[in-house]
Amino acid sequence: MTAGAIAWRSVGTPRAAAVVRPHAADPDAPLRRRGAIQIVDAVKYYGVGESRVLAVDHCSLDISAGEVFVVVGPSGCGKTTLLNALAGFHPLDAGSIHLDGELLCGPGREKAPIGSDRIVVFQNGALFPWKTVLENVAFGPAMRGAIPRDELLERARRRLAEAGLQGYEQSYPGETSSGVKRRVEIVRALMNDPAVLLLDEPFRALDALTKAMMHEALIASYLRNGSTVFFITHDIEEAVFLGSRVAIMTSRPCRPKTILSVDIRYPRSRETVTSKRFRELVAEATTAVHEEALNAYALGEKEG
Amino acid sequence: MVNLAVARAAEPRARPPSTIAILRLARPQRRALVSYFAALLVWQLGSTSGRWLGFELPLLGRVPAPSDVLLAWSHLILDPGYWQSWIASWKRVAVGFSAAVLTGVPLGLIMALNRPIWDVVFPVFELLRPIPPLAWVPVAIIFWPTQELSIDAVIFIGAFYTLVLNAVSGARSVDPRLIEVARSMGASKRNILTRLVLPGVLPSVLVGMEVSIGITWEVVVAAEMISGGGSSRAASSGGGLGFFIWNSYVGGSYPQIIVGMISIGIAGYLSSAALRAVAARLSRWNAPHGGRT
Repeated sequence: MTAGAIAWRSVGTPRAAAVVRPHAADPDAPLRRRGAIQIVDAVKYYGVGESRVLAVDHCSLDISAGEVFVVVGPSGCGKTTLLNALAGFHPLDAGSIHLDGELLCGPGREKAPIGSDRIVVFQNGALFPWKTVLENVAFGPAMRGAIPRDELLERARRRLAEAGLQGYEQSYPGETSSGVKRRVEIVRALMNDPAVLLLDEPFRALDALTKAMMHEALIASYLRNGSTVFFITHDIEEAVFLGSRVAIMTSRPCRPKTILSVDIRYPRSRETVTSKRFRELVAEATTAVHEEALNAYALGEKEG
Repeated sequence: MVNLAVARAAEPRARPPSTIAILRLARPQRRALVSYFAALLVWQLGSTSGRWLGFELPLLGRVPAPSDVLLAWSHLILDPGYWQSWIASWKRVAVGFSAAVLTGVPLGLIMALNRPIWDVVFPVFELLRPIPPLAWVPVAIIFWPTQELSIDAVIFIGAFYTLVLNAVSGARSVDPRLIEVARSMGASKRNILTRLVLPGVLPSVLVGMEVSIGITWEVVVAAEMISGGGSSRAASSGGGLGFFIWNSYVGGSYPQIIVGMISIGIAGYLSSAALRAVAARLSRWNAPHGGRT
């Protein structure tokens, strides 16, 4: 789509200053680097007393502004706990999280504030069923009353069109396919111009074909926007295809085991999947995940 | 799009339009006509069994024949008193039901959203709920200054509990993730209530209304019979349909009893259909199959 206007970047040097954000208030303003996340020694227990379970154990992650950071790990390993702490839905028991150098949560601040700088796209989708696609997409800015309504709707239409969703504006979510719903949800999230987009296995329930389309759509909107993407999955190919870095987590308690740098340039396409480098990285990630699965099995952990 | 597909699938294969009017109706309507006709036929044959069979069939043999009922009805249609009975019952249903909606739905929402209020109100609520509305008739007559208000109060009780419980379950079924999403996008508490909870509750409240308006018809009729049809005691002048039936029984005009019964059936059907039509309009998003009624 607008790929020509976007500087191709190699991974590891997130987002060159020359990349512009077409949707910012001033379209010519250089893209501000934002959305750098530092998670330091995060600890989270579930339950209380003797039977409490250590879900996240001194987990530290350093995510640069504007990268696609993918977290891979067995189900129930505590990935979502990190996401919930980032979003401000749940507190951590210890440790701290900083966003662009500012304390989100940590000592003295139990829970991160919930705000439009961090928007979550959930696994099963959370569109408002009684609002049309257009109303859903316009919801965030409308709530904050930031923009006049006409302008807002116009912008929402444009964003939908960019994502290939023209014609769905007046549909209700219940009338659209799951692939369309998921795309609408990502457009809705990006309408808020978040510093961080938090995605919790958003494509899990989709069929392989739709999923592949979603991946390209996500990368396209990632390149148009400037958000850091924090993406949770347990699909290794998905992780390598999307991520600038892929963190493979240990099963309970959750901690990064290996962090792979994916040195394949964006935008990635279907050809990427067949490239030698892609296969090597997938193999490497698979080995690490497999080791972890064996460890978990040896420990008698249930993978659920 | 979806609507069209479903409608097409349900349609019979294309046929040339028939010259017989009934065959030109859509299939569900034709079936409904067949259903009414078959019921009438069984009833007519059953109630006249004494004449053509030589002995009366049990139950049906004692019932006035539909032909007699239709005859009685044709006289009543011209009787303003009969229509006043309709109006009287409709009024009572409207007053009692509206009062129940206006109080029951907010109460249900408050109970669902506020834990302490739930803890305090629910035990009493559950204790009162199993008491049948008709058991309240004597108390209502003692408590309220006019018979009319007593009947309204009993109708209110008939609809109230269902409305409260449906509002509660509706409020509880609103996906908490939707609220998290709305909060993260900057929605205020008030916006969360008006834009998430209320529309989310609506389908369940509408179902509650449909169910409870049916209950109000059961209740209004019985309440009118027991209380003697309110202030007006004339045979057929505004005592309500329930009183109309009771009065016909006392006066021995059996076909009129049946007329009264069918009238209530029609009234209940009309009120439910009206509510369903409103519901289909209000929750279009919730009816991906075109809200067929």
